[in-house]
Amino acid sequence: MSATKHSDLGLRIRQNMGFSIAVLLFVIVYFLYHLAHPKGFSSQVLVQNSNEVFSLAMLAMAQTVPVLLGGLDLSVGAVMTLVDCLASHLLEGTGASVGFGIIACLFAGALAGFVNGCVVVFGRIQPIIATLATGAVYMGLALFLRPIPGGKINEDINWAMTNALGDFAETVGIFDDGKAAWFQPVAGVPTALVLLIIVALVTWVPFRRSVTGRTVYAIGSAEGAAFMSGLNIAGGKLAAFTLAGLFAGIGGIFMAIQTSSGNADIPMAGAYTLSSIASVVIGGTSLLGGTGGAIGSIFGTLILKVISFNFRVFDIAPLLQPLFEGLVLLAAVSLGALSILRVKNQLELFR
Amino acid sequence: MTIRDANDLLVLKGISKRYGGVKALQDVDFSCGRGRVHAVLGENGAGKSTLIKIISGVVQPDEGSMTLDGAAVSFRSPAAANDAGIVCIFQELSLMPDLTVADNISISSPPRKFGLIDAKAQRHRAEELLATIGCEDVNPLMRIRDLPLSRRQMVEIAKALGKKPKILILDEATSALTSSDVEKVYAMLARLKAEGVAILYISHRMHEIEALADDASVFRNGRHIETFKKGARSNDEIVQLMIGREISAHFPPKPAYEIRKPLLEIRNLSWENRLHDVSLSVGRGEIVGLGGLDGQGQKELLLSMFGVLKRVSGDVLIDGVAQKLNSPIAAKSAGGGIALVPEDRKTEGLMLPMSIAENLVIASLDELSSGIFVDETKVSNAVADAIQRLKIKIGSPDDAVSTLSGGNQQKVVIAKWLMTRPDVILLNDPTRGIDVGTKQEIYRLLRELADEGAAILFYSTDYDELIGSCDRVAILYDGRIISELQGDAINEKNIVAASLNIAGQKSEGGAHVGH
Repeated sequence: MSATKHSDLGLRIRQNMGFSIAVLLFVIVYFLYHLAHPKGFSSQVLVQNSNEVFSLAMLAMAQTVPVLLGGLDLSVGAVMTLVDCLASHLLEGTGASVGFGIIACLFAGALAGFVNGCVVVFGRIQPIIATLATGAVYMGLALFLRPIPGGKINEDINWAMTNALGDFAETVGIFDDGKAAWFQPVAGVPTALVLLIIVALVTWVPFRRSVTGRTVYAIGSAEGAAFMSGLNIAGGKLAAFTLAGLFAGIGGIFMAIQTSSGNADIPMAGAYTLSSIASVVIGGTSLLGGTGGAIGSIFGTLILKVISFNFRVFDIAPLLQPLFEGLVLLAAVSLGALSILRVKNQLELFR
Repeated sequence: MTIRDANDLLVLKGISKRYGGVKALQDVDFSCGRGRVHAVLGENGAGKSTLIKIISGVVQPDEGSMTLDGAAVSFRSPAAANDAGIVCIFQELSLMPDLTVADNISISSPPRKFGLIDAKAQRHRAEELLATIGCEDVNPLMRIRDLPLSRRQMVEIAKALGKKPKILILDEATSALTSSDVEKVYAMLARLKAEGVAILYISHRMHEIEALADDASVFRNGRHIETFKKGARSNDEIVQLMIGREISAHFPPKPAYEIRKPLLEIRNLSWENRLHDVSLSVGRGEIVGLGGLDGQGQKELLLSMFGVLKRVSGDVLIDGVAQKLNSPIAAKSAGGGIALVPEDRKTEGLMLPMSIAENLVIASLDELSSGIFVDETKVSNAVADAIQRLKIKIGSPDDAVSTLSGGNQQKVVIAKWLMTRPDVILLNDPTRGIDVGTKQEIYRLLRELADEGAAILFYSTDYDELIGSCDRVAILYDGRIISELQGDAINEKNIVAASLNIAGQKSEGGAHVGH
């Protein structure tokens, strides 16, 4: 029995090669970064890195779901920006009004995704073109909410969410204001990192194991077969886009909290969308759909971001950064394609 | 004319279905009973597929009624039919290649714990279902993509069994199976039958129907022609009911056997562990069959000659000249040209959404162009010639090739390669899933091509075909040619004995063919 268990593990690793490579690459490069950083391996550096990573990681998770269907969502950056601008209006106050604001923002993100889903499912339009159009609409709404950058976010939230757990506990007033002895070992962990892990555990992990999640993978793998198996195709697609909108919305809320303002920045929305696609690919999800997952995409984001971190500590000309990121993307994609060299029946390349 | 009794589980009355102007089914009465295997026979386009699609909820009838267990039913979707206990194993596999075997088997109603899919229970379920059809060798964690076609088909069957069918429909479900799998499927069907499941069985293999069916219904041109009990009709009568006309002979006459100068010579071909030291020659005007059990290297042999396989050792000579075959492009122009009619016409043979005309000329665009532009006049002439020569039944050459029936699609594939005027023609099981009439046309065409001087290498899973149409037959076993038969030696007994690598032990061989 142990022999089968062993080979099962091997099988699982082989089936998730892209993901395994992404994790390994991140660990190595991030370790080098800390070695080179004057304040390496400190809570301060971790907090800064986590804050920089969070929103893009959310967008990468958002992008993963439509990509698993075999489509692309070009509106994730716009949805993030829209929710960012909305949050800059709704998260000014205190107490219950902030809670309500966050729920409203989450709802707005999910609604934007749901609308994308409706256009794709009921309009029978390809995701890439449907979301190109709706993305422009969402950008327009964001500009309407924030014609010029501005707004304000509750300062306590800003402080609590963008620092370490100790600061969070102090602001919220739990665990003896974060001074409890048992709490100290984790007090230096960045709040954003914890939030990222919680979002992944609470949303993605159950989704992956739900019938709806399975349906999404099935659609991306063979839509006709999924239909003939009696799966709810329309429901799966709607759920996928709605979940994408929700993730993008969470990214938008964090961006507003982090910057304490709302900014309908069109070039930034576009750049985030493209980076989210890069993250998904580096994380081992196939653009053809059916294989991969959001956890891989988070590691894809981490790799992209770690490259820019390294540019700072190694003092390389910042102008080289896009070039370098492009090379890494190419390398990641090529690694995924390495198995092609071993194929001895050329017909298998097309299956 | 239908047989009716209290045992009937599913009864169809006055069912009609039109697609556009085409009447796919007209006023069909049909019934099938508990614990019986009911064969549905007919040429492609006879209405069998439409009948199955209506029963399994894929399409809805325009007229007529259906009762299941005495209660009127109508199914809006495959899921609704599944819920009522009607499960279909489709010819086109309904598996998702990127999901695992276990995921696929439990796709529509996975075991759940706290609302989430219980991976362990799901795996357990997959193992149990696979065991019932003797497929313990398939690891439920494997992705479908990584399984060979024959294993995929067994997974498809396990998936259907998992839905606890009251009526199980098998649509050419055994066409890709190995012989040992077929026996396991027969045993499984016998068990289901004993449990009272009604089984609808669609197959073009007469010996399967003889072995399995209790009743048979013949369809022709969208009408139900006749239902009869097993043994009430002879094979010749059945074939005649299906095609509605007398057929003189299945196969065109063979010329007397003569030793020919080889046009195609294969010397010591080896690849991976699938082909070992294969040597074979085919003369101009000769049809050489490849036989043996499924999966003994026949497909690889054809693919290697078409430049699809990498790192093949050995030589392929055409007219005595060694050829470098490293891609289909090289194969197309090697010697007088090599053509391959591939295994899977839907993915390797045709571009389904493109038109019939575009598909026909896709391999010979070089000859049909002037400069960089395709010459439309040459194209339309060539297309008209091809459609006429192969008698392809079409509306317009501009229709998508996917609108044609299976037999006509296969004709398009063959015609596409004939346009390149190849000297060497390789065929990989070209009559799989094709109606009797089209099969006969293909046999006649092959003989014509041979008479015109082509060398033909023809793999078939159907022994009758090898016997009826080949001048010589090479039997492969475990990647080696273990026997070459010619003239009168090409008979069922010899082929079966050689296929099982038990040359000389006649009695054991006969049992596996089902005659």
